Amino acid sequence: MKEPQNLYRTLFTSTFMLSAFTFGGGYVIVPLMRKKFVEELKWIDDVEMLNMISIAQSSPGALAVNTSVILGYKLKGIKGALVTVLGTILPPLLLLSLISLFYASFRDNALVAAVLSTMQAGVAAIILHVVYTMTRSILTSKNLTSALILFTSLVLVILFQVPILPVLILSALAGFLPDLSMKKEGESHDAVS
Amino acid sequence: MMLYLELFLSFAQIGLFSFGGGMAALPLIENQAVQVKGWLALSEFVDLITIAEMTPGPISVNSATFVGTKVAGPLGAISATLGVIFPSVVLVLVLASLYHKYRDLPVLAKVLRGLRPASAALIGAAGFAIVKVALKKTPQEALSLQNFSGFSLLLLIASFFLLVRYKKSPLFIIGLTGLIGGLSYVLFS
Repeated sequence: MKEPQNLYRTLFTSTFMLSAFTFGGGYVIVPLMRKKFVEELKWIDDVEMLNMISIAQSSPGALAVNTSVILGYKLKGIKGALVTVLGTILPPLLLLSLISLFYASFRDNALVAAVLSTMQAGVAAIILHVVYTMTRSILTSKNLTSALILFTSLVLVILFQVPILPVLILSALAGFLPDLSMKKEGESHDAVS
Repeated sequence: MMLYLELFLSFAQIGLFSFGGGMAALPLIENQAVQVKGWLALSEFVDLITIAEMTPGPISVNSATFVGTKVAGPLGAISATLGVIFPSVVLVLVLASLYHKYRDLPVLAKVLRGLRPASAALIGAAGFAIVKVALKKTPQEALSLQNFSGFSLLLLIASFFLLVRYKKSPLFIIGLTGLIGGLSYVLFS
């Protein structure tokens, strides 16, 4: 086990770094956090990560802030949560304070626009990759109920533009549906090899 | 002092009622900062959206910092930012402690079992929206055959490949794609 001092520092520096790179909206924090805390540090696993995101999405406010609160709390209690919140809000706080002083020239700068427009392609790939990883971990459990919730939520949000809150409430209720295992039903032995 | 408190309370309201990410917070910010308090002109609010999207970090935190700085300098920025995160930090702390205490309860396990795939789907939907924006040639217009950027698609596929095949870090991809944009601007214009 690491020294607590060290752990706080790691928590602060990782959330600070991640927050400084979340271009393109709050959801980008998910792949960044997953890479850092699931793959590199191995402090949490994929199911735990999805649990934390579920809780973060169930309350109002920024996803990046909420997820860091839960992460910090899980690892080091209230103090840990304060450290991760500080790490998450400092980069935008510092950067925006600076930019708001001369924002017109920043907004109209063609080089900034060029950097951001290609960066969007990278951000899109990163999000797609984490969706791929998470969906795969849900689908390989061969649980038909989970797969159905996933698919239905996607259709509701993308096709019917249903707001996030009703979708979350419905899926929480759907968690009480009986388990439909693909294996037991014998419907698709060849679905996942 | 009053102004700092006003900033804190206004943004606490915004933080409390913005479900579903930064885009959901924008109309609330417009209502408070432009209409109720008159801190920003409408044109400044449009600038605010542009800049909040161009910079890293949550849109609500970026907006709070921007408005706070304009109204009352650095301390104003801090008041507004603390305000916007305060309700959700408290609420999430309560939820997190309940989660750690009762995570093994069958009821909570079932709720989470339902929420996990929905969370993945919500990230998928956000990804879908981001892909649509990323593939546009001109950001102002809708995505169409005329407004489709083959170069962006190529970058997207290459990035995805680097992530899956070579397990490159997302931060590396963000840096690399940004660098490509900067270099191509310097070299070709």
